[in-house]
Amino acid sequence: MQFGVFTVGDVTVDPTNGRLPSERERIKAMTAIALKAEEVGLDVFATGEHHNPPFVPSSPTTMLGWIAARTERLLLSTSTTLITTNDPVKIAEDYAMLQHLADGRVDLMMGRGNTGPVYPWFGQDIRNGIPLAIENYDLLHRLWREDVVDWKGRFRTPLQSFTSTPRPLDGVPPFVWHGSIRSPEIAEQAAYYGDGFFANHIFWPKEHTQRMVGLYRERFAHYGHGSPDQAVVGLGGQVFMRRNSQDAVREFRPYFDNAPVYGHGPSLEEFTRETPLTVGSPQQVIDRTLGFREYVGDYQRQLFLMDHAGLPLKTVLEQLDLLGEEVVPVLRKEFDSMRPAHVPDAPTHASLLAARDAAPAAGEQR
Amino acid sequence: MTSRTLAVVSAGLGQPSSTRLLADQLAAAARDELAGRGATVELRVVELREHAHDVVNHLLTGFPPAALRRTLDEVAAADGLIAVTPIFNASYNGLFKSFFDVVDRDALAGKPVLLGATGGTARHSLALEHAVRPMFTYLRAATLPTAVFAAPEDWAGDDGDSALRSRIRRAGAELAEQVDRRPPATGPADPFALTTDFADLLAGRDPS
Repeated sequence: MQFGVFTVGDVTVDPTNGRLPSERERIKAMTAIALKAEEVGLDVFATGEHHNPPFVPSSPTTMLGWIAARTERLLLSTSTTLITTNDPVKIAEDYAMLQHLADGRVDLMMGRGNTGPVYPWFGQDIRNGIPLAIENYDLLHRLWREDVVDWKGRFRTPLQSFTSTPRPLDGVPPFVWHGSIRSPEIAEQAAYYGDGFFANHIFWPKEHTQRMVGLYRERFAHYGHGSPDQAVVGLGGQVFMRRNSQDAVREFRPYFDNAPVYGHGPSLEEFTRETPLTVGSPQQVIDRTLGFREYVGDYQRQLFLMDHAGLPLKTVLEQLDLLGEEVVPVLRKEFDSMRPAHVPDAPTHASLLAARDAAPAAGEQR
Repeated sequence: MTSRTLAVVSAGLGQPSSTRLLADQLAAAARDELAGRGATVELRVVELREHAHDVVNHLLTGFPPAALRRTLDEVAAADGLIAVTPIFNASYNGLFKSFFDVVDRDALAGKPVLLGATGGTARHSLALEHAVRPMFTYLRAATLPTAVFAAPEDWAGDDGDSALRSRIRRAGAELAEQVDRRPPATGPADPFALTTDFADLLAGRDPS
C-alpha cells in the first residue's frame, strides 16, 4: 500500500500570528514538504493545480520536475490535474516529459475543478464540466497509446497525423486516477478504463466516499477489469497529531476555526465526527485510518492533507516526522496483513512495464 | 387504508411561537380532512430553530450534518408540506430561506405545499404572495390557492369560529384534497445513482 501527502497549495494567513507567507515562501514550503516526505519514508507527493488566488501551484510539472531531480524514490503525482481546462495534448506531453526526467516515478489524478470563473480563462464553460472530462481524457488516453493520432471532437481543434512528444517512457503511459466527490459519471469513467479512483475523503461525510467507491468497484468489474475488490482505490484524509491528543486539539483549533472551506462553520468536534478528519495522538490516527477499509474495502493509496489553513512549515514538517516514524509503519503492516493476496498494489511504472512485457504483443501499440 | 405523511416546517424563532401555533393548526386541519377521507396521517414537525446551526454549517461546508440530513430526507419523502414563516422585513425570515436553500433540488417538485405566515400587522399579509409563493413556484412545488396569514388581531378574541379558523379549515382541506389525489411520494432521489453508462457519455449523449 502507498502512503503519501497531497497539498492544495493555499496561501493562507496563520491565524495565530496574522502572518501571510509570500508566494515564493509557500512554493518553497511545498517542495520542502515533498523532500521531507521522501526522507520520512512516504511513497507519494501530490500537488494540486489551481489558477486562482489564494492558491500558488499553477504549474505542476515545473514543481514536480524540480522535486524529481532531488529525490530518489518518491512517486510524483497530482491532486488534481484539470482535465477540463487543460489541453489534453499539453497534458500528454508535459507528463510524458516528466516521466522521462523522473525515471517513471509519475502518475496523475484527473479532476474537473469546481470554480466557474476559471473555465472561461481557458476558453471553456463549467456547464460542460463532465463532457469536457470525458472527451479530453479519451483523447489523452489515445495520445499516450497511439504514436499517430487522427482525432476530431467537440472542444478542441482536430488533430491530423499528430504525434505527442516525447512518447511515454518505455511506451508505458503514466497510471491515472480519477478524482471526484459526488459525480457518479467520474466513477464510471475510471471503471471503464480500468484506471484508479480517488475519493477526496476530507471535507465530506464518509457516506459519500462509500457510495462512490462502491459504484466504481461494481462498474470496474462490469467492464471486465477484474473483481470489484481488485479495483484500484485511493483515499484522502486529514490529520493533525501531537503525542498528547489534548495538545493536538488545542494547537489545531485556531487553524480549524479559520480554515478555508469549513472555517467559521461547524466546531472541530462536529467536523471530526461528521468527516474523516482526525485530530489527536498518532494512535488515534492509526485507529481511525485502519477503519477506512471497513467502508471502502482494501485499498491501494492513502494520501494525507497536512499543510493547509496557514499551518507553518515547521509544524508541517513535525507532522511528517510523526506520520513517517509512528503512523505509516504501523498502517503499512496492519493493512498488508489484512489484504488478501488477489488484491493488487497500486500500479507503478515498473509493474506496468512488467505486465506489458508479460502480455502477448498481439494488437498492442508500442 | 392509505398512510400519508405531512411535513410541517416552522421557522418561528420564539418559544412558544405563534408561527408554530399556526403550523400546528394547519397540520391538524389537514390531518382531520385526510382522516375523513380514510387515510392515516403521520405528521413530521420540523422546528427550524433546532436546526439553525446545522443549516448554516450546511451552507458553509456543502453537506448536512446527520440530524439535518434526516430532516431533509423526511421533507423530501413527505406527501405534503406545510411551510410557515414569520414575516421579517416584508419577506420570509432568513432561517426559512436558508433551510429551503439547502433542500435538495427537485425535492419539492410537484409536492402539494400549504403556505402560512405570521406577522406583527395584517399589512404584511401579502408577503405570502409576493415573497413566499414565488420561491416555492421556483422550486416547482404545487402551492395551494389558500395561503394563511395570522396577525395579532387574528389570535385575539377568538370566539371559536373566527375568520382565521375558517381560513385554516379551508387551507387544510385544499392540502388534503391534493395529497389524496396523488400516489404516495417516492422519497428523495439518490444523488449517487448512475443514470447513464460510458458509451452514452463518450458519445456526448445527454442522459436526461
